[in-house]
Amino acid sequence: MNRTFTSTLGIVAAVLMIAALYMVFLYVPNEATQGLVQRIFYFHVPCAWVAFAGFGIVAISGALYLWLGDQVWDDLGQAAAETGMVFCTLVLITGSIWAKPIWGVWWTWDSRLTTTLLLWLMYGGYLMLRAAAEETPNSARMAAVLGIIAALDVPVVVVSVRLWRTIHPAVLLTRQGGHGLEDPRMVATLLVAMAAFSALFAWLLMLRLATLRTRARLNRLTLELALAEAGD
Amino acid sequence: MENFGYLFAAYTIIFAMIFVYVLFIWGRQRRLEREVAALERRLAELIAKPSKTRSAS
Repeated sequence: MNRTFTSTLGIVAAVLMIAALYMVFLYVPNEATQGLVQRIFYFHVPCAWVAFAGFGIVAISGALYLWLGDQVWDDLGQAAAETGMVFCTLVLITGSIWAKPIWGVWWTWDSRLTTTLLLWLMYGGYLMLRAAAEETPNSARMAAVLGIIAALDVPVVVVSVRLWRTIHPAVLLTRQGGHGLEDPRMVATLLVAMAAFSALFAWLLMLRLATLRTRARLNRLTLELALAEAGD
Repeated sequence: MENFGYLFAAYTIIFAMIFVYVLFIWGRQRRLEREVAALERRLAELIAKPSKTRSAS
């Protein structure tokens, strides 16, 4: 059942990704001022969306782990943090590649870029803590707390273009309250890309959860074997 | 086709990174499943040993 669901998710993600690529390269018109390079945005924004969703899952599952103490929440938090980091890294890389021809620099200490980098560093710390510490309930609790604190930066990243002076384009949330996409084809392309990345994220999360479940089974078997050998 | 290089680089990096991550997860899963199978075999041997002894006596 679980394997079938994961495989179905993978197929859905692949189909949606092909549709998104078709729309980005063959359907959507060029943006008037930025030209061809603006098309980076159609995958850059969905990467940010799934990274933020991933970090949101880390915070929620962290809170549930602290409350209920069930291992399943700790596993979900760990898997979501790792998958979210992959997409957060892609946000920073694709943003930099877009910035070079548009702003003339690879990086600037703009409020949105800085808060996103801060987010990336905090979840990098979360993953390093998980890798370095022994797998004990205490280290899982510390990771849960760190995951919750780091997620507080997500809303700051989202509203940073409204809170501070910034040169980052406000696409989904402009100062005027609308969105920055004038052509309906641009909106449609962005929505399909968002759906594709959501399915891709869910698929990767399921794959990562499967490895964590297998590792837990391995740990149980190691213990059983040690007990059996001791009693032999 | 101005700035095509930047567009190409961005999309290549996105798919390369996702591909590498998927390979990384699949590799880890395969390694863990091999280890689980080896431990299960060893455990089955240990459980089977006393029963063989009993049936021989």
